Amino acid sequence: MGVGIRGQDPRIQRYHAYANRIRPRPAVIRNAWWAFVVGGMISLLGQGITWGFQQVGLTENAAATPTSIVLVGLGALFTGLGWYDRIVKHGGMGGTLPITGFANAMVAPAMEFRAEGLIMGVGAKLFTLAGPVLVYGMATAFVMGAIRYALGIG
Amino acid sequence: MMFVWAFLVGGLMCALAQLVMDYLKLTPAQTLVLFVVLGAVGGGLGVYSKLVAASGAGATVPLPGFGYVLVEGIDKAVREKGVWGLFTGGFTAAAGGVKAALLFGLAAAVAFRPKA
Repeated sequence: MGVGIRGQDPRIQRYHAYANRIRPRPAVIRNAWWAFVVGGMISLLGQGITWGFQQVGLTENAAATPTSIVLVGLGALFTGLGWYDRIVKHGGMGGTLPITGFANAMVAPAMEFRAEGLIMGVGAKLFTLAGPVLVYGMATAFVMGAIRYALGIG
Repeated sequence: MMFVWAFLVGGLMCALAQLVMDYLKLTPAQTLVLFVVLGAVGGGLGVYSKLVAASGAGATVPLPGFGYVLVEGIDKAVREKGVWGLFTGGFTAAAGGVKAALLFGLAAAVAFRPKA
């Protein structure tokens, strides 16, 4: 095999082209792609629900809260039925980041710890993930609001 | 057109969250907290409202939209009640979504059994 520099031999070139074609894509890219698709679909569904509320006379602003409520309801129902797990399995953050995923993050641990009772099982575990999100969301919003108040904007 | 932007912006935000989680090796919980904080900061800086105007549910459905809503609520409450609005505005704005999550979450957790 007297070829000194890798790639000069056409067989080696063909081998590298072939290897590149069949080498598994890095999971990071694939994960991001599926997060994009799934998260986009859920957002699109949200836009559709908002559109529906606008058709019955709500302004876009007024439609925001009812849209959240419907999505949260769907997220909780799908979690209960065991379907949301599959959405998160394929979509990763695409399933977790939308508000349906927030509902999922509340319901899933509460269901799992149902055996520990209604108080410290269901009642406490509902806030396993909602707790941190509320604490740090509220704290940040307070600071931002205070800055805006102090600067006289908003 | 709004539908296209909703899909793109909502999808991109989730893809970004996935990339951040994978590269920084965060847990989903850490990623969610990071993004709700980012949303609140974006709301405070006045950039997130532009994203909402352009993409509707694309910006309000992902969790940063929740952080943004908290800041919006505080702004509104401060306009109406002065400085005490800093304390009431966040929960007021989030009330619908949080209460729905509580009620539906409780109902689902009691009604369903986990699949093995």
